[in-house]
Amino acid sequence: MTPDFHKNYFELFGLPPGFRIDMALLDGKYRDIQSQVHPDRFAHADEAQKRLSMQWATFANEAYQTLKQPLSRARYLLQMHGVDTAEESNTAMPPAFLMQQMEWREGIMEARAADDIAALEHLAAKLRAERRGLEERLEKLLDGAKDYPAAAETVRMLKFIEKLGEEINLAIEALES
Amino acid sequence: MALLQIAEPGLSAAPHQHRLAVGIDLGTTNSLVATVRSGMSTVLHDEDGRALLPSVVRYLPDGFAEVGYAAQAKQSVDPHNTIVSVKRFMGRGVKDIPDAERMPYHFVDAPGMVQLKTVAGVKSPVEVSAEILKVLRERAEHSLGGELVGAVITVPAYFDDAQRQATKDAARLAGLNVLRLLNEPTAAAVAYGLDNAAEGVYAVYDLGGGTFDISILRLSKGVFEVLATNGDSALGGDDFDQRVFCWILEQAKLPPLGPHDSRTLLTKAREAKEWLTEQPEATITAMLDCGMSVELTLTSETFTEITQHLVSKTLQPTRKALRDAGLGPEDVKGVVMVGGSTRMPNVQKAVGGFFGQEPLNNLDPDKVVALGAAIQANVLAGNRADDDWLLLDVIPLSLGIETMGGLVEKIIPRNSTIPVARAQEFTTFKDGQTAMSFHVVQGERELVAECRSLAKFELRGIPPMVAGAARVRVTFQVDADGLLSVTAREKSTGAETTVTVKPSYGLSDEEITRMLTESREHAVDDMAARMLRENQVEANRLLDAVQAALDEDGALLDDKERAAIDELMGRLRAVAGGGDSPAIKQALEALNRGTEFFAARRMDQSVRRALSGHKLSELEMGEES
Repeated sequence: MTPDFHKNYFELFGLPPGFRIDMALLDGKYRDIQSQVHPDRFAHADEAQKRLSMQWATFANEAYQTLKQPLSRARYLLQMHGVDTAEESNTAMPPAFLMQQMEWREGIMEARAADDIAALEHLAAKLRAERRGLEERLEKLLDGAKDYPAAAETVRMLKFIEKLGEEINLAIEALES
Repeated sequence: MALLQIAEPGLSAAPHQHRLAVGIDLGTTNSLVATVRSGMSTVLHDEDGRALLPSVVRYLPDGFAEVGYAAQAKQSVDPHNTIVSVKRFMGRGVKDIPDAERMPYHFVDAPGMVQLKTVAGVKSPVEVSAEILKVLRERAEHSLGGELVGAVITVPAYFDDAQRQATKDAARLAGLNVLRLLNEPTAAAVAYGLDNAAEGVYAVYDLGGGTFDISILRLSKGVFEVLATNGDSALGGDDFDQRVFCWILEQAKLPPLGPHDSRTLLTKAREAKEWLTEQPEATITAMLDCGMSVELTLTSETFTEITQHLVSKTLQPTRKALRDAGLGPEDVKGVVMVGGSTRMPNVQKAVGGFFGQEPLNNLDPDKVVALGAAIQANVLAGNRADDDWLLLDVIPLSLGIETMGGLVEKIIPRNSTIPVARAQEFTTFKDGQTAMSFHVVQGERELVAECRSLAKFELRGIPPMVAGAARVRVTFQVDADGLLSVTAREKSTGAETTVTVKPSYGLSDEEITRMLTESREHAVDDMAARMLRENQVEANRLLDAVQAALDEDGALLDDKERAAIDELMGRLRAVAGGGDSPAIKQALEALNRGTEFFAARRMDQSVRRALSGHKLSELEMGEES
């Protein structure tokens, strides 16, 4: 028997669906649920209860992680509205954005070749600012204009930025070791 | 006058009764057992009043094993049969063990995990660890006066799935019911955090005898949330000993040594390292079998210099963990030092320098892990009804699957909060392909060859279709012990095939039973008696649990459902006291199955209560918009 997970993630935490989210409230609700369902509460229970508890706690973790991160939260909201973000298949981007991507990528390569951790950290900071800008745009598109195709494109851009961020981290790690 | 009833120790513990549970720190160098007594976490001592049990096992020709100080005293005399630091071999193959050729053991390369040839036969690291755990179990049962309900066993946070599974198998082999595998830094954080009412972000720097862990935790309102963890499961105090040992060889210009001399000098090296904790220099003197003698002075400066790269090796994972947590050293409110190796002044200094603050040393670094594990064991055994705190831990290394070209497709990324499940769809490569083979790996690298191989399995019976038409959904589930199970299911035709794999190094229940049967203290009769007793205990426990659930939430059932459960309970009660083990087992399983829906309803209700207990208006708002 599996628990009835018909609820969407917003309903699970009793939050209004939307990109803008009360993070403190989400944290609190997540903890309230985990304190009821976490396997540590059922360590001395029978196998059926243990299994149920693991399924519930897994579901709560998945829901929490999805809503906590802006990228996955936007993707999830779009899914709720029947919009596929097509991050794997749709790589069409505005030319200006692509140009900037190339510049950043060159910047990472140059900094790496020059053994320049400070330059990489500077790039990471610029990337964080770019990310905040895209997140603000998502809020307007999803909660305000309800322009889902434009929001889907913004999600794809955010995904690009995230990948770049990972590359910078890997480059910093490589230089540190 | 009515006679008062007293239960046999460990049997039929009524809900209000204190259940005996312990925390065990199964360390590379030393192991400990602790329990909560009268609300206080305490380390249990042996008959001579010693808390530490050296993690040393010596096998004797008659098949017996000596464990602890007695074995440690013989390690120079009988190096082949005296296994030290067995934790380094858990879940590891020969090629994973650095310096294997310099160790005095006869390694046997077995699939999955190395084995050791001793005078008492070939032993796996799981069996060797079980010997240590057995001694601790007996110490606890003797000291607490009853059978244990269960134990929390600690593992390094950076232990991979193979190492965790091996540890759990060892505990089962030692006759322990494992309530949870708990990460050592998290256990330390529990002991420290509860003691100090800490709030904020803390780093736990845990340098043990053979492993290094760094965990970054956020402590807030009774929740211990691990943000990131990193480490090196083959770096610890042993490596510092090894450095000093090599330094002695170089300085004294010694030829290659026999096992006895090597062991003697390694012991001298360790003693010198420990001496330098308090003193500016250490003298090393030894007479060797080969006729040469050693007389050297090791200063604190030289020691710092020759071990500098080892200390640096701990700071690299520390930086990674902070980066994964999205934090810098300045965000950390306190650094808790754990593990005997953090006593080294050069380690203290380096960690203090990195975080820009004095590390916290107010709990004994040798005992803090066991103390924390005991506190958690007490909760998990059900001795505390009020839910005081919650541990949210993570997996240390990404889990993935091999795809075309020997590349890894990551399914669950490192630092995911557990329990966690993820699914990914795969398809066939050729027309008419009816089987797929899967290779499950753990690690951060992109190439399969550079990750740890966990398991290989095949899914057969896929209906023949054109390439790319089949839909095989592979689900990874990691439980609260950090252990993985994998399921593959073909769903394009509606026909489902499910394969659940246990990693190949894991022992099956049959193997565990066989090992238990083979060991001399569990003859076949003992096994049957033990099985019966376990079933009886389990039956009483389940009856108590169901009764408590009925008392509390009986209203969730209609009359028919209630009658069905009462009937199942009656049947179990009728056989529970008797000697028919299979009948008890059968009635137990029937009651378990028959109450599953009730358990699910109760869980739903508790979640609803948890949410509505706060602010009703928010819930309604959520439903309107």
